[in-house]
Amino acid sequence: MKQISVLKIQDKIREMVQQINFHYPKDIEDLLEKARQNESHSLGKEILDLLKENSRIAAEKRIPICQDTGMVIVFIEIGQQVQLVDGSLNEAIQKGVALGYEEGYLRKSIVSDPLFHRINTQDNTPCIIYPSIVDGEQIKLTVGCKGFGSENMSVIRMLKPAQSVAGVKETVLQAIQNAGPNACPPMVVGVGIGGSFDYAAVLAKKATLRDCTLSNPDPEYAQLEQELLEEANRLNIGPQGLGGDTSVLKINIESAPTHIAGLPVAVNISCHITRHISEVIE
Amino acid sequence: MKITLPLTKETCMKLHAGDSLQLSGVIYTARDAAHKRLAEMIEKKEKLPFDLENSCIYYVGPTPTPPNAIVGSAGPTTSMRMDAYAPLLYDLGVSATIGKGYRTPQVKEAIIRNHACYLICIGGAGALLSQSIKKAECIAFEDLKAEAIYRYEVEDFPCVVAMDAYGKSVYE
Ligand code: SF4
Repeated sequence: MKQISVLKIQDKIREMVQQINFHYPKDIEDLLEKARQNESHSLGKEILDLLKENSRIAAEKRIPICQDTGMVIVFIEIGQQVQLVDGSLNEAIQKGVALGYEEGYLRKSIVSDPLFHRINTQDNTPCIIYPSIVDGEQIKLTVGCKGFGSENMSVIRMLKPAQSVAGVKETVLQAIQNAGPNACPPMVVGVGIGGSFDYAAVLAKKATLRDCTLSNPDPEYAQLEQELLEEANRLNIGPQGLGGDTSVLKINIESAPTHIAGLPVAVNISCHITRHISEVIE
Repeated sequence: MKITLPLTKETCMKLHAGDSLQLSGVIYTARDAAHKRLAEMIEKKEKLPFDLENSCIYYVGPTPTPPNAIVGSAGPTTSMRMDAYAPLLYDLGVSATIGKGYRTPQVKEAIIRNHACYLICIGGAGALLSQSIKKAECIAFEDLKAEAIYRYEVEDFPCVVAMDAYGKSVYE
């Protein structure tokens, strides 16, 4: 048994939420830079220049890259040889979020009830936690801070198996087209294929938080990611929806086994500041 | 093009979708919750926190202001969520709203009817945009925190005309 203190996790979460609100993850920054160099549309290029400037100011002056500092999503993979000590894991994660948002002067955007009592909880908690048990004796944390301008443009569809690849493509491209300027393009798009109604959405979220230098390990899905990216960038949405070659920076697909009668497809739309970070705790 | 606020209807008539503007002067912030309250006050015929005539409303919910700073990160939020209220505000004299993204046909009609306009600035560039805000003062609904109404004094605040007084949109 390996002991890991939940306080260590709390501290990590506190740091991670701040890190990604002031600094672009390296993968996204590189994709933006590549897009900036290749954008042929002058207004689009100008916007990508300004986004670069925005990122510089954010890091230097410690001002959040975007004012919507998001809802925190935490994927935590716990090795089955790990014994968690020093208190409640759930409380430690929530406290890490609250401390990080307070310390970083990040915006608190969570309301306690979605419908009847939309009252701000004032500390950006609760965050959403997806735990899973894996082999080994370490813990892997993946944290995202998700803005809702883009989240609101996400979709889920229960396709019929016969709709196949064409149906998936249509769903993804329609969602991107429909998101347009509302999602602060250039976007990052996470696609979840398979599982059940709920699980497809979780896969899509997971896909938005994946390292964008990686493709899906399965060559057929990797090919689909590439084709979708090329087709999405022909939609001429462009930076901020004002036209151009750069509409989508990356499309990540995650898939899972599903039922003989189903083909769930979830499309989680994310923006040019897809804030994600992963760390391993040993 | 440099624009000194307040933005009059005459100036609005000279703007065209796609024009890049740098605004200087006073703008007021308001997003979801503030709009709801403004609409309630209008219905009850109460005095509003600021004069709507030729005013410019910025859809923003900034991050908290750290000590010794003027404002936090302050980029635009999605305009569509304010579309239910926008026609009413345009009809009462607002000459421009600033946000990001599409508007409904009802907002378009209100813009044409009132010789007003809709401006956008870069979504997700809150750090950059905050640099053009030279003074910020909370003037109403302080309890709403990020959603309170602030009076901003801006200098060369960069935006683009997304819909002009003739209803022409940069997204079409
Ligand atoms: S969609 Fe992203 S970049 Fe745009 S306002 Fe929301 S968090 Fe910021």
